[in-house]
Amino acid sequence: MTVLLLIVLLPLAGFLLNAFWGKRLPKVVSGWLASAVVFVSFVLSAYYFAGFVSGTQTKIDADIYRWIQFGDLFIGFGFLLDQLSAIWLMVVTGIGFLIHVYSISYMHDDERFAQFFSYLNLFIFFMLLLVLGNNLLVTFIGWEGVGLCSYLLIGFWFKNQDYNNAAKKAFVMNRIGDLGFLFGMFILLTHTGTLHFSNLASIQPGVLPKWILVAVTALLFIGATGKSAQIPLYTWLPDAMAGPTPVSALIHAATMVTAGIYLVARTGFLYAQAPETLTAVASIGAATAILAATIGVFQNDIKKVLAYSTVSQLGLMFVALGVGAYVSAVFHVVTHAFFKACLFLGSGSVIHALHGEQDIRRMGGLKKYMPVTYWTFLISSLAISGIFPFSGFFSKDEILAAAFAHHKILWVIAMLTSLLTAFYMFRLLFLTFTGEFRGTEEQRHHLHESPPLITIPLIILSALATVGGVLGLPEFLGFHHWLKNFLSPVVAKSGAHAHALSHSTELALMGGALAGAIVSIAYSYILFVRGGALPVPEGEEKGITRLVYHKYYVDEIYEKIIVQPVMFLSDIAYRLLDRRVIDGLVNTSGRLSMIAGGQIRKLQTGYIGYYMMFMVLSLVAVFVYALLIRL
Amino acid sequence: MLLHTTLFLPLAFALLSYLSGNRFSRIVSFVGSLLTLTSGVLLWYTFRKGGYEAIQISKAWISSPAISYALLLDGLSMALVGLTVVLVPLIILTTFKREVKRPAVFYGLLLLMQFGMLGVFVASDGFLYYIFWELALIPIYFIALIWGEGQDVSFRQRAIFKFFVYTLAGSLFMLIGFIYLYQHTGTFALQGLYQSKLDKAEQLWLFWAFFAAYAIKIPVFPFHTWQPDTYREAPGPGTMLLSGIMLKMGLYSMMRWLLPVLPQGVEFWTPYVIVLCVVGVIYGSVIAIRQDDLKKLFAYSSFAHVGLIAAGIFTLTREGMQGAVVQMIAHGVNVVALFFAAEIILQRTGTLNIARLGGIRHIAPRFATALMITVLASVALPGTNAFIGEFLLLVSAYTYNKWLAAAAGLTVILGAVYMLRMYQRVMLGDTTADTNNFTDLGKTETIVFAVIIVFIFLFGLFPSPILNMLENSVDMILALSFRTAL
Repeated sequence: MTVLLLIVLLPLAGFLLNAFWGKRLPKVVSGWLASAVVFVSFVLSAYYFAGFVSGTQTKIDADIYRWIQFGDLFIGFGFLLDQLSAIWLMVVTGIGFLIHVYSISYMHDDERFAQFFSYLNLFIFFMLLLVLGNNLLVTFIGWEGVGLCSYLLIGFWFKNQDYNNAAKKAFVMNRIGDLGFLFGMFILLTHTGTLHFSNLASIQPGVLPKWILVAVTALLFIGATGKSAQIPLYTWLPDAMAGPTPVSALIHAATMVTAGIYLVARTGFLYAQAPETLTAVASIGAATAILAATIGVFQNDIKKVLAYSTVSQLGLMFVALGVGAYVSAVFHVVTHAFFKACLFLGSGSVIHALHGEQDIRRMGGLKKYMPVTYWTFLISSLAISGIFPFSGFFSKDEILAAAFAHHKILWVIAMLTSLLTAFYMFRLLFLTFTGEFRGTEEQRHHLHESPPLITIPLIILSALATVGGVLGLPEFLGFHHWLKNFLSPVVAKSGAHAHALSHSTELALMGGALAGAIVSIAYSYILFVRGGALPVPEGEEKGITRLVYHKYYVDEIYEKIIVQPVMFLSDIAYRLLDRRVIDGLVNTSGRLSMIAGGQIRKLQTGYIGYYMMFMVLSLVAVFVYALLIRL
Repeated sequence: MLLHTTLFLPLAFALLSYLSGNRFSRIVSFVGSLLTLTSGVLLWYTFRKGGYEAIQISKAWISSPAISYALLLDGLSMALVGLTVVLVPLIILTTFKREVKRPAVFYGLLLLMQFGMLGVFVASDGFLYYIFWELALIPIYFIALIWGEGQDVSFRQRAIFKFFVYTLAGSLFMLIGFIYLYQHTGTFALQGLYQSKLDKAEQLWLFWAFFAAYAIKIPVFPFHTWQPDTYREAPGPGTMLLSGIMLKMGLYSMMRWLLPVLPQGVEFWTPYVIVLCVVGVIYGSVIAIRQDDLKKLFAYSSFAHVGLIAAGIFTLTREGMQGAVVQMIAHGVNVVALFFAAEIILQRTGTLNIARLGGIRHIAPRFATALMITVLASVALPGTNAFIGEFLLLVSAYTYNKWLAAAAGLTVILGAVYMLRMYQRVMLGDTTADTNNFTDLGKTETIVFAVIIVFIFLFGLFPSPILNMLENSVDMILALSFRTAL
């Protein structure tokens, strides 16, 4: 337990150190200090993880102290470490460390360097709390805490009000989801008296009424749609790209946005009893996946493409959860963390080299200037596109197969999403790295490969993106699915996914997906490399392209049907209802009573003495009155 | 003994600081408030050692009518006494950097008000309680009127006058209620009133006699219209006293003097009251979004927050009562920080108009951090003090009625909207002509914020000392509130 506590508290200590004394430290010290605490957390996490792998480590579930307690209510503050949290622990601290190191170089010229690292450390702290909480309320501290860090980091360059708007939007949309999370907890607390995962898991199926299970799971899922950017709460994530690129990689791709997946997987035993909610989870996941993928095809901002891709991939993970394939969802979380972090960091390397340029229409031909960035980006693109033998191939294939077994329409959507993904990822790759450079002469002059602190994390991540598939080799080919085995103690109660597919079907699905991806990439190659096609300049999009380029105008619709009415209501409520009607009545009744009592009217002259006297007299009157009735 | 010193030290020092003259009154009052704090802490310590057994003192005072000097200190009283003795020194500290005209009177009144409020929280004789209740009003009236900051003097006079008459009118209803109760029970003593046998018809109208006083003081929708202008016009310390402590008199009194005394009236009116409270929560939050005046924005936000507290009290549940008291304390501390921030901005820029502010974070990072943490506590981020209260209050609202709870829950979203909008417009972006020369927090200012921030996290992570302390009181109030009629 002490070690576990240390894993969580080290990043907090790092945060405090950098927050209070960071300014006085040399940048190198503050950056490496922040990285070091995360690294130590990583090593300690690895110690536990190795224990779980070898089977010597058993589940830890203990309260550290009594947090909220009175009457029958008891909510402890404690941690739960099992195989599921151990995996997230590894991803968060491992990738977290790499991104800290990367940031030392990336943020080097920023005057608020130490503050940046303090926020990163704080984020890691909250993320670990989220993952390690042994009850929903501790998880909720982390849940909102990472939201806070996301807010602080999206708006890190706070002089730009657009960035601040993006940060605020992220926080508010997350809050909408969090209200769902809160109400899920209220229902559980009221009807079961506990929020502890282990207590909830030990409730026998059939004990809780159906409506409670459906309501709780649906409400928690609303929370998940906020944090993991699913319909209808996904629009904050693309805007969140306003934050520095390492933030996008860490928070908005690899870790925080997977919290929704974690929550559903963690409470899978509840979802297993609420198939209605699971259907909703799968449907919303599928709808988000395909919607975001189509938008991704037409975006020209390198980070926006990756952002929509993240939304889309998270959608696929929810599809997996919705069809009961928890292991596949977690598997994809892990591989996605590898390749998406690599892609984002790669984009950061490009942006760095181009001095802040993010528009792929003004890139091109960077391959020869930035070979390491190019190759790692290529590997990760292959991985996300599902090309054998890269990691994404295995995890995505599992999701596709599970979707196929569950419902053909889900599979069709997931498949289309995958094809689009392969297409737009290579569109991005080709437009950025091949062809002729389309930027200014000035920029071309300064083109250079990024320094080792940036390229080494890229190489490590791309290596992981390459071999990550070994965590879950396909069983139907006779392999040992390590992850499934590893997670079996946790997800057993959630109902292992019913893979009722024959070997030949699985093989056909796998081949089909692979072939589809290759065709997509080839089509992208023909268009953008052979054909030299370029996205049209701003404002010249036509027809359906225009609609999709403008993200189906969802932001505009939200603005019109929610934001503006609330603002209008606020004005009306204040000016008309509050000042005129209610306050008007108060004033009128005050005036009337003044007139009614002609004597009292004099009081309005403002002599406070009268009021005092009035009060004293009224007190005296009581005495006299009471005295009289006594006599 | 400690109860007496805690209660009377402020009175003594009110006189002392008035007599010590303009040069020393500030330091005298500050020392006095620290002594009161010390006495309060010792009181808490003995109270805790005694297993939270209620401390009662009763001495006959006037035989006819039967009025006694009776004090009661239980968990509920202790919580609010604690809040008062902690906040007053902080509020005095906020005045250290500003010019106060006629300080001898100002600080005298300030401590006199503390005396009145403490009396309200510990008096257990209805008449004594009423005297304290009115006593607390007079000093704040003068403070707001004379030391007010609004440019438009006649507007200020009208606003403060309205506040005075409105709350006084409410109090008079309560006075009528007490007289009636005395007539029918022959006692003003709390314990006596707790055993009163009034029929339902009497309880139904008596409920409003008391509720009117409390609803105006808190305020509960739609009795709130005095509040934004008064908070706006009163000087910073006055607003802090009003919002940090004084409005809790209304919430406290509901739990002490209304629910247990008139259970049938409460039972009948509860649905209406809760609806009013929840309407207030949403109404205040929605209005706060578009407020351009910093203090008015905080006023509406505070109005929304206390609406939820009142709703929680009326759910008549453990969660509601516990949550209400925890939230009273959290709100008291946090709102003082918010109004202090407004005060700092007003002193340095000469304006509270949000549209004229901006970019302060860049030049005053310490202030920016302090305000950020206050904002986060105000939006009840888990880990902060307000989260415990808000969580328990919403749980209680949920057990009362799901849909009302869902409506009240909107505060979670709306609170984030108006607070972050405010923060963005005031603190972020580029500096303006008004904020160009903004200086960061000085020493005393930093101390005030540091103390508050410690409280924010301390009670957010370790609320159990308060929760434990309250258990007996809450059980008693609930038992009395559910006692069936004669």
